[in-house]
Amino acid sequence: MTTAQIESSTTTTLPAAYDVQPRPHVGTRAAVEQTFSMAWRALMKMRRNPEQMVDVMVLPIVFTVMFTYVFGGAVSGSVGHYLPLIIPGILAQTVLTACVATGTQLREDMDKGVFDRFRSLPIARIAPLAGPMVADLVRYAIATTLTVLVGLVMGYRPGGGVLGVLGAVLLLIVTGWSMAWVFTWVGTVMKSAQSVQGISMMIMFPLTFLSNAFVPAGSMPGWLRAFVDVNPVSHVVTAARDLMNDGAVTGEVGWALLGCAAVIALFAPLSVRSYRRKL
Amino acid sequence: MTTQITHPSHPPAERLAVEATGLVKQFGAARAVDGIDLQVRPGEIYGVLGPNGAGKTTMLKMLATLLPIDAGTARILGHDVQGSPHIIRQLIGVTGQYASVDENLTAAENLRLFGRLQGLSLRDARARAARLLEQFALTDAADRQIAQFSGGMRRRLDLAASLITSPPVIFLDEPTTGLDPRTRGQMWETIRGLVADGCTVLLTTQYLDEADQLADRIAVIDHGRMVAEGTPDQLKAKVGGSSLQLGVRDAGQVEEAARIAGRLIGDTAVRTPDRASFTVPLADADRAGEVLIALREVGIAVESLSVQKPTLDEVFLALTGEDTHQNSPDSSRTTGQEVA
Repeated sequence: MTTAQIESSTTTTLPAAYDVQPRPHVGTRAAVEQTFSMAWRALMKMRRNPEQMVDVMVLPIVFTVMFTYVFGGAVSGSVGHYLPLIIPGILAQTVLTACVATGTQLREDMDKGVFDRFRSLPIARIAPLAGPMVADLVRYAIATTLTVLVGLVMGYRPGGGVLGVLGAVLLLIVTGWSMAWVFTWVGTVMKSAQSVQGISMMIMFPLTFLSNAFVPAGSMPGWLRAFVDVNPVSHVVTAARDLMNDGAVTGEVGWALLGCAAVIALFAPLSVRSYRRKL
Repeated sequence: MTTQITHPSHPPAERLAVEATGLVKQFGAARAVDGIDLQVRPGEIYGVLGPNGAGKTTMLKMLATLLPIDAGTARILGHDVQGSPHIIRQLIGVTGQYASVDENLTAAENLRLFGRLQGLSLRDARARAARLLEQFALTDAADRQIAQFSGGMRRRLDLAASLITSPPVIFLDEPTTGLDPRTRGQMWETIRGLVADGCTVLLTTQYLDEADQLADRIAVIDHGRMVAEGTPDQLKAKVGGSSLQLGVRDAGQVEEAARIAGRLIGDTAVRTPDRASFTVPLADADRAGEVLIALREVGIAVESLSVQKPTLDEVFLALTGEDTHQNSPDSSRTTGQEVA
């Protein structure tokens, strides 16, 4: 066991690398490659800890069945009439719940020794944050697919057809991915996974319940309606309903995407700054 | 593309591997690191020795861009740590006190991930991982998850992960804490091998014998300050020269023997707790022979004789006024060994 082997392997397998000068910055392409390497790591982690998928595999089914049968008759007169209203709402809710896990898992991850190594490596600071989020697209895909399937089993027949449903699911995944930056930021700011969970729930619950996701805003008092109308979740849910039920791409889609872009533009830099500051 | 860095073939003699001036880290009211100056020359093993809480890890983390520097400056191979952290990260390999590898991945996957992150192609990353696993005797465990690894295997993998891009400067934070003696010895060999390869190693340790065995130069750190620096021999010399320890067969003659030895050497002999022996400071080892001859002439039979250099434990006690044992119970196991 001689360390001379290090040298020989360096020169034989990486000849071009010898005597390369240190680079002052990470290039964009390198940053993207590093993000995908981190995404691969997160996917391996998911594969080896399947219990982490419980929230996206069980909750969509439970929530869809529960909300539909509990509220269906009261809100829309019957379960069948409620489905076009509730399925897009549940979709939004499950995706947002899945986002919260992004923040808590990041926090847990950052407390582990391996993050010390990530920090000490010459890699883009955004890669350890964005990598798990890319892998989380898998989670959003599972959550949305299951919700739609349960809806179909319960008798939901989306008027927008396959394309409408796909469009809505895609929009919600984009929304989930954008909103995950908020919880990633919370993850970099808070000291423990529990506090991340707590704060995230405090953000998540008002956003989903004080929206039009489960009941039409019409029955709410004026002050609440004022909030519901500006709540971005309402816009996303409305856009998804239009897509799923009518196959219509309405202006709400634009508002939803604009909101997503704004969230990313604000919280991605905040997250990186906060992560960098912890160094 | 690659960010692979290899050792500069001929580093200018005046360029230090690690240079710190007035390094300070403040945690609330406490100064964890309180103005440390450090000069580590290329190609040496530099040991930072101190008890738990002395500020060793904090200092290392500042040098490794893992903690902001509150005051002072640090340069690695001439590059400013605060000004260009990204360049520093290409020059260093860091192995922390706790294994900084991914629990969810196998050994091979860990090394491949770190290789990929640092710009190696998939093929190069695989080849490099295989080489390192072989070098660190981990090939059999390559496809096992780290969760099943023993402490020694984790440390080895951890060090291997720091060497993916053959960085010229390696930081090791307490590389053998918690390892059994055999694994420790292997780790020491590996560290010596790194330097033989042209690396510079900056390591922290709370084991006195580890610093003595490995380091070319040692800085003794206590309460965030450097209390002494030098080669192991220089540090020992600070405490005093060697001493002659002599035991006589007949305990009744020890007083007389001590008087003779003291007179011949020109210093005061001190009785040891063992009734039949004494020690006397010995500047010149040649004088020991004179003592023996004198004792034989008066018919005092010698039971045992040894010439001892001071141990680093004594050095530490003398420099900091603190017993290392109360801070690190583990060290008592290792300080028992003689440093000759």
